[in-house]
Amino acid sequence: MAYNLKEEMNKKDRFNPGHRLCAGCGAGIVCRAMMRAVDPEDRAVICNATGCLEVSSFQYPFTAWDDSYIHTAFENASATASGVEAAYNVMKRKGRIPEGEKVKVLVIGGDGGTYDIGFQSLSGAFERGHDLTYFCYDNNAYMNTGTQRSSATPRFANATTTPAGTESVGKKQNQKDLTQIMVAHGSPYVAQTTMFGNMKDFHEKAHRAIYTQGPTFVNVLTPCPRGWQYPAEDLLAICKAAIDTCIWPLYEVVDGEYRLTYEPKKKLPVEEFMSKQRRFKHCFKPGNEWTIAAAQEYVDKKWEDLLMKCK
Amino acid sequence: MSIRERLSGNEAIATAMRQINPDVFAMFPITPSTEIPQYFAQYVADGKVDTEFICVESEHSSLSACLGAEAAGCRAVTATSSAGLSFMNEVLYVAASSRLPVVLAVSCRALTGPININHDYSDSMAERDSGFIQLYAENNQEVYDNYLMAHRIAEHPDVRLPLMVCEDGFITSHAIENIELEEDAAVKAFVGEYRPENYLLKKENPLAVGPYGVSGYYMEARVAQAHAMMNAKKVILDVAADFEKTFGRSYGFFESYRMEDAELAMVIMGSSAGTAKAAVDELRAEGVKAGLVKIRVFRPFPGEELAQVLSGCKAVAVMDKSEGFSANGGPLYAETAGACFNLEQRPKMVDIVFGLGGRDFTVEAARSVYGRLEQIARTGETGPLYTHMGQREA
Repeated sequence: MAYNLKEEMNKKDRFNPGHRLCAGCGAGIVCRAMMRAVDPEDRAVICNATGCLEVSSFQYPFTAWDDSYIHTAFENASATASGVEAAYNVMKRKGRIPEGEKVKVLVIGGDGGTYDIGFQSLSGAFERGHDLTYFCYDNNAYMNTGTQRSSATPRFANATTTPAGTESVGKKQNQKDLTQIMVAHGSPYVAQTTMFGNMKDFHEKAHRAIYTQGPTFVNVLTPCPRGWQYPAEDLLAICKAAIDTCIWPLYEVVDGEYRLTYEPKKKLPVEEFMSKQRRFKHCFKPGNEWTIAAAQEYVDKKWEDLLMKCK
Repeated sequence: MSIRERLSGNEAIATAMRQINPDVFAMFPITPSTEIPQYFAQYVADGKVDTEFICVESEHSSLSACLGAEAAGCRAVTATSSAGLSFMNEVLYVAASSRLPVVLAVSCRALTGPININHDYSDSMAERDSGFIQLYAENNQEVYDNYLMAHRIAEHPDVRLPLMVCEDGFITSHAIENIELEEDAAVKAFVGEYRPENYLLKKENPLAVGPYGVSGYYMEARVAQAHAMMNAKKVILDVAADFEKTFGRSYGFFESYRMEDAELAMVIMGSSAGTAKAAVDELRAEGVKAGLVKIRVFRPFPGEELAQVLSGCKAVAVMDKSEGFSANGGPLYAETAGACFNLEQRPKMVDIVFGLGGRDFTVEAARSVYGRLEQIARTGETGPLYTHMGQREA
């Protein structure tokens, strides 16, 4: 069925208002869109790593989630989800869940809980082949504790543990390419997306991931107004700049086959993305021009590599 | 009808697991508990159970997977030892506070360092405040019996707490002893099915597990958990009573061995109690009023009941098979001394740390402890309250 924004927005929200996420935070949009991608007749169990989303969406005695939800710790969302999936399998086998009744296991964590501390359990769950979909809302740092650098933080970003200063131009290393690492796990479906336009790209990838048998992964660039330092209303403009500069290319990998899902009409320079956020402010100071050139060089190389894979 | 068999402690646990047929078993290997999932893997391979058997990538994940499975509505089990239990540490607390009654078999082993694979209680004692119920055993029969009682205690609506079935690494886990097994059907009937009221996969009523609890709510959750541990005392005795009625073997919080008129007593745990009992028998034959209390239930700690039994004694030695590094004695001593503090007639009490990393404990060594107690009783002088025994001289 063709994607129709109006129809999608008419669905009942399964991630509800009243949560405590910041204005201008991308995570709430991710959750609403993720839940819209679960067919209305199916149920879901959401397994959430500790982080902003967890403390903001399930603060006792309130929950923003219509579906069942479990949080246990920071680094083990995938392992917890493995247990939920195993339970679902055994309960089906033993007749405690009737045939035809579908429950989708969704895992969601920030980049800290996914790229870093949760990476071992993520890798384990994907190697074992559990039927689950992992959504990473990648906001490029440990935001719940106050913007400490993670392995998802881009080079030159000013994080609280990689501050710019007289002897520093921010983080020294490039972002870990987790999407590629998940492809290397042999997952049947891996995708990169973000929120832009009518959310078609996100929705179609999320739906396909959720309804593909096996462990599937969706990496979502998710701006954070506190950490990236932008006015709340700029959220979507920043996402658009990320895809048009090819800093965050949109693609999917189906059974190892790469497919680009968005190609900018005109590839914009990285400044278009960096200048919208104060975390890169120091890059625009006289004498630091090289940082922007280096960022551009890295993005160009990654983009060329990806185009090769998509051929 | 019981079945006479010869099994190691690990195989006894694996056998109990086969008979119970849990929904989910998430495993990660570590010496000396590894045999438990190995035996179980064969049961899965031979179709003797229909458990979801998941080989995860760490102990942190094995317990996390058990939490997910329990919250989803299933009975979940795992096994570990030593560093594996330490690696689970964070998740142990989450299991208890989320009130998920996972049953965890622990083949107790020393903690690093130096690295050592033999028995002491460094691992399980380090987790004594995790919120798990802890049952300890002297021999393979007790390990098996504790396991048969474990799920009923943990899953009881008044309790809903995770539980560790502890055995002594290598000594109990690997030594083969005669054992009385129960019929599969009798075990299934005794243990029953796990049917929680609310769970993640329940269609009618979605469930949210693991909230953020602000100061206005956190304490209520912790107090409820503390009450659950207090409630566990009655449930442990009720289940033991039903176990005795069903299978004929009797269990309490602890075993009092020749304590009726004892003046000199040892408080001890696990397989070492068997050795110490031999010393008690010898001393009794020589007219010494020696006795022994073997702790079976360490969490919840049966303080009041233990104090009652020790109240008539003149001198008590608490035998700690783990070093707590408090500079004030081991964990069993702290609990026992605390429990006895309000007694009208308090015995003199010393702590002896022994057997670390599998250091041998002999009948002769046990006799020497009673020798010291006899001296304390006679002179009223305890000497140093906290000592180590059996180690090389410096």
